[in-house]
Amino acid sequence: MSALRELNQEVILDHGKEPRNFGRPEAPSCQSHGHNPLCGDTLTIYLTLADGVVDDIRFEGRGCAISIASASMMTELLKGKTVDQVKVLFEQFHGLVTSGAAACEAGFETNDLDKLVVLSGVREFPMRVKCATLAWHTMKAALENNGEEVTTE
Amino acid sequence: MTATAAQPLGQSAPARGATSFDVERVRSDFPILGRTVHDKPLVFLDSAASAQKPQAVIDAMRHFYEAEYANVHRGVYFLSARSTQAFENARVKIQRFLNAESAREIVFTKNATEAINLVANSFGGAYLGAGDEVVLSMLEHHANIVPWQLLRERTGIVLKVVPISDRGEFLLDEFERLLSPRTKLVAVTHTSNALGTVPPVEEIIRLAHERGVPVLLDGCQAIVHQAVDVRALDVDFYVFSGHKLYGPSGIGVLYGKAKHLDAMPPYQGGGEMIRSVTFEKTEFADGSAKFEAGTPPIADAIGLGAAIDYLDGIDRVAAAAHEQQLLAYATERLREVNSVRLFGTAEPKASIISFELAGVHAHDVGTVLDQAGIAVRVGHHCAQPLMDRLGVTGTVRASFALYNTEADADALIAALKDVREIFG
Repeated sequence: MSALRELNQEVILDHGKEPRNFGRPEAPSCQSHGHNPLCGDTLTIYLTLADGVVDDIRFEGRGCAISIASASMMTELLKGKTVDQVKVLFEQFHGLVTSGAAACEAGFETNDLDKLVVLSGVREFPMRVKCATLAWHTMKAALENNGEEVTTE
Repeated sequence: MTATAAQPLGQSAPARGATSFDVERVRSDFPILGRTVHDKPLVFLDSAASAQKPQAVIDAMRHFYEAEYANVHRGVYFLSARSTQAFENARVKIQRFLNAESAREIVFTKNATEAINLVANSFGGAYLGAGDEVVLSMLEHHANIVPWQLLRERTGIVLKVVPISDRGEFLLDEFERLLSPRTKLVAVTHTSNALGTVPPVEEIIRLAHERGVPVLLDGCQAIVHQAVDVRALDVDFYVFSGHKLYGPSGIGVLYGKAKHLDAMPPYQGGGEMIRSVTFEKTEFADGSAKFEAGTPPIADAIGLGAAIDYLDGIDRVAAAAHEQQLLAYATERLREVNSVRLFGTAEPKASIISFELAGVHAHDVGTVLDQAGIAVRVGHHCAQPLMDRLGVTGTVRASFALYNTEADADALIAALKDVREIFG
């Protein structure tokens, strides 16, 4: 059960059940829709930008505990960050949940990313990594504002 | 085997413990069941997606590759003759298994999906036009939906969908109401892969035939759990895949009445399916050969034949009773887990249990079960319209095969209690 406990830590279950920043803002600067065809999970990420800074970030959707918690924690982390910082954090988070390496070596914003280390447990569950990364890929697509639906496939 | 067309599952099942079925002996025929997963004994409850293979199938394919392999229907040499004979023997085994009139009515495909696509393209392309109607049901998986939608795009046919009750029952009255003078084909499942529902196929076929409408049955799930007699059913097309019937993947079967197959145009062009070819004109082969362009999945067909031999050596009525008893046992024990919602409680139903744990996503359940060595299917089961009808994105599906035991069900229940402990 230990790997399972690692995967389903209290903070993840908490965010999964009561996601923060859930809902649709009135006038987001950009948005994107993400979809995992394997399980039918969907997320929409809304970003409100002001002078290159994430003024607000919200999301809607439905999914498993991992994907909802990841989206919820991402919105908490990214609020107030510059677009450039967001891009770095994207790369770091991706490394964290796939190889576990990126978290510390960047030497930049590691304190921020520490809050997401709880999600690194998905590394032990290859089929679940996409659950954790869906929100981040969708957010990146919203920033790049290409309007195309993101899928995990 | 019994001569009835579609023997109701488990209705004459002996009382628990009274069956002569020796599940431990059957289990010893399936080598993979001896392995561990995450240091736990494998509990395989996903046979409705694909079944495990008995040693006899593995051995038959290995022997074929080691001692008899060559291309079929080609050479004049010894191995080519042996290979052709083994391949055609497999076709005859399937003919007998289905009680088809002739081996010419058995077409090898790569899977059931291709078999349905073959009928949609060949039969549908030749005989169905704009405004003609094909009747499907809400229980279909994507394999029996999408080929008809593609045909609709090409020809303008209309798809009618038979609704189901909240319990997952096929609504026969609604079906009859949907039959119209424009109905040209009925294509429905013989057992729902997601819910286990067994529609009343004898009535469906009777009502359709009264109006001169041919019927295709998707037998992927049904043929695993019951004897199928295509002549007693009087069904026009019957499709199934080899890998769910304890045979290899890469092989599927289309049964078609000879009168249909002989009249239908080819599906794909190539070698094997011709009588003579010039650059001006090609004459096509008769019967099943017309639909088998190119080198077929030879060893896979032989493996499927071996799977059928294996099943012939088992008391399938007792095996069906065993599966039904497991279904009843597991369904009853599921009550011990808090807030389980069961989907599909039709009678009769195959040994498939679809459910959700309130408040826990199916994938989160699946990961916990996997850590306990338990394989189940989670998600939409390639039946998204049905999931929409049920109002869920997906379910957890545990399917019981002839090699499963009460201990497997016990392991499932224990792991589901762990899920509840973790997720509250």
